[in-house]
Amino acid sequence: MAQVTLRKLVKNYDETPAVRGIDLDIVDKEFVVLVGPSGCGKSTTLRMIAGLEDITGGEISIGGHVVNDVPPKDRDIAMVFQNYALYPHMTVFENMSFGLRLKKVPKDEIRKQVEHAARILDISELLDRKPKQLSGGQRQRVAMGRAIVRDPKVFLFDEPLSNLDAKLRVQMRTEIKKVHQKVRTTTVYVTHDQVEAMTLADRVVVMNAGRIEQVGTPNELYHHPRTVFVAGFIGSPAMNFIPCGLEQAAGALRVVLPDGLAFPVPSDRTDRYTKHVGKSNLVFGLRPEHITETHRNIDPNQERFQMTLEVTEPMGMETLIYFQIGGVEVCGRVNPAAGAEPSQPIDLLADLNHMHLIDAQSGLVL
Amino acid sequence: MATATTIDKSGPSRPISHGSMSQDRRRALLWSYFFLVVFVIFFLTPPVYMLITSLKSSTEIAGARNPWWVFEPTLMNYQTLLTSTEFLTFILNSSMVSIIVVSVTMIVSVLAAFALSRMRFWGSATLATGIFLCYLIPETLLFIPLFKMFAVVNEFTGIQLLNKWYVLVLVYPTLTVPFCTWIMIGYFASIPKELDEAALIDGATYMQTLTKIFIPVALPGIIAATIFAFTVSWAQFLYPLAFTTSSDQLVLPVGIVTSLIKGDVYNWGQIMTGALIAAAPPLVIYAFLMDYYIAGLTAGATKG
Repeated sequence: MAQVTLRKLVKNYDETPAVRGIDLDIVDKEFVVLVGPSGCGKSTTLRMIAGLEDITGGEISIGGHVVNDVPPKDRDIAMVFQNYALYPHMTVFENMSFGLRLKKVPKDEIRKQVEHAARILDISELLDRKPKQLSGGQRQRVAMGRAIVRDPKVFLFDEPLSNLDAKLRVQMRTEIKKVHQKVRTTTVYVTHDQVEAMTLADRVVVMNAGRIEQVGTPNELYHHPRTVFVAGFIGSPAMNFIPCGLEQAAGALRVVLPDGLAFPVPSDRTDRYTKHVGKSNLVFGLRPEHITETHRNIDPNQERFQMTLEVTEPMGMETLIYFQIGGVEVCGRVNPAAGAEPSQPIDLLADLNHMHLIDAQSGLVL
Repeated sequence: MATATTIDKSGPSRPISHGSMSQDRRRALLWSYFFLVVFVIFFLTPPVYMLITSLKSSTEIAGARNPWWVFEPTLMNYQTLLTSTEFLTFILNSSMVSIIVVSVTMIVSVLAAFALSRMRFWGSATLATGIFLCYLIPETLLFIPLFKMFAVVNEFTGIQLLNKWYVLVLVYPTLTVPFCTWIMIGYFASIPKELDEAALIDGATYMQTLTKIFIPVALPGIIAATIFAFTVSWAQFLYPLAFTTSSDQLVLPVGIVTSLIKGDVYNWGQIMTGALIAAAPPLVIYAFLMDYYIAGLTAGATKG
């Protein structure tokens, strides 16, 4: 059993807080990704789990044992670093076996384990090479191999794909997922790339300014963000946020946007939203994929409107369109066949089933 | 015919216009060769003169013939020096001092540099600067207080350090340790932090991280520092001149001067021979470790 538990974890660098008291339960065999912008405390949290940073306050336990004062080597963890951190003077075999050799594991046992890990990662032919002679992707594999060989309770990944080019990154992402499916070790993975987080994680932890904004499966975060930060951070292009008002008319609610636009609120949300009628500081949120071209069979919660486009970005499978509502740039995604042209008016469809209403003051999604 | 002339014209003009870069390069090369030759002449003239003189007999040196030519070459000077017990004692003393000083220096400075560059502790940055400042104090300023210190030690403990070759083993590290530590701090600083963190997670102690990761990775830097320490302790002149006087306690640089200059009689042939022999060990070491030395000076090549 290798669950990882963080309780009221705090880290201050001199008086500057980096992590401001976070609680997190990672269950056995789970793949958890910490994601957030730079400086949000995600790497610091990972390094505290690894034991590379002292803890200012709170508690970390691995496998049910509090490890606050346990040195890194006794925490039974393995870490993969962004710049691989391979020992440059050792061969791949020596790199991967270094930990086992320090533990004085018998030689043939070491060989067996290294060869096993090398097979998982498909690097059996590279065992006699030095890190210098390897490509970026191969180095990354060796770094992972070094972690696997030790058969730890927990894998820690610190932005392992950031040094790779875009194509290799996608490839290695799949590779990491495969490895996790094979070895089923509890994994904590840090990245600033929300696509990486969404694709890899069983659960994603979104962090901001030293706090956890939300923990959830990729789908939960995408469809039910709890804060404006999560709503804006997850998804690319990002969710559109437009200042709005909320009005009640004839038993139904409607969102009033600038430039004379108004959208009816789906009836199943009336109860939830009624208490916010008339409030200022409300923001309407809708993802670009929910602003599309119109089509015949629209459902009652989809609303037509007309806009003049500023910019279009054809992507092949879709076209991103940009227009302004009340001085705010809004993005939508339309079918390339819809004939979207800059400076041309176009009929669009807002799918309000996926709308969000946000209180700008508290930053919470209502 | 007209076409032929145009071809003739463009023929030679093409490499010139196309080769303006290479002409520029050639000029730059010419200048560098010029200055290199001047440099080589300037620095090699003394050793060459020493070599020529060492092959002459005293009579020939005293004779007013061309000093740049050996008319009757002889190995007399070499034979005399290498069979004189006094001279062999100098070599032995120098070797002992250098070997011990280099060993002590490297052990101390590698450990110190590792601690100062990696084990953040209170005052480590100040200490690192302090070590470098030590190096800036000239030995001319230090030898009198040091002399006094050793006299006081003798007074209180009865341990006689003055006029013993091993006093130099205590004194030389004050010159070598600060500089070598400084070189090693710089070198260790170029090793990515993740490397020791990886070692830490792999279960290495600080000592194992140092011996199994840092020393092998920083080997070029360590060799550069070793060469420096050796050169300093082999060629140091002022301290042995001040602290040792008996001929059985002298090291080469002082020994040659004091034993071969008798009053106002300069035994030039033997002085030059002695100096040449004394210069041989550093030369041999440089020749063997040159590649490492250069790699050590162009530090930071450990990325990956």
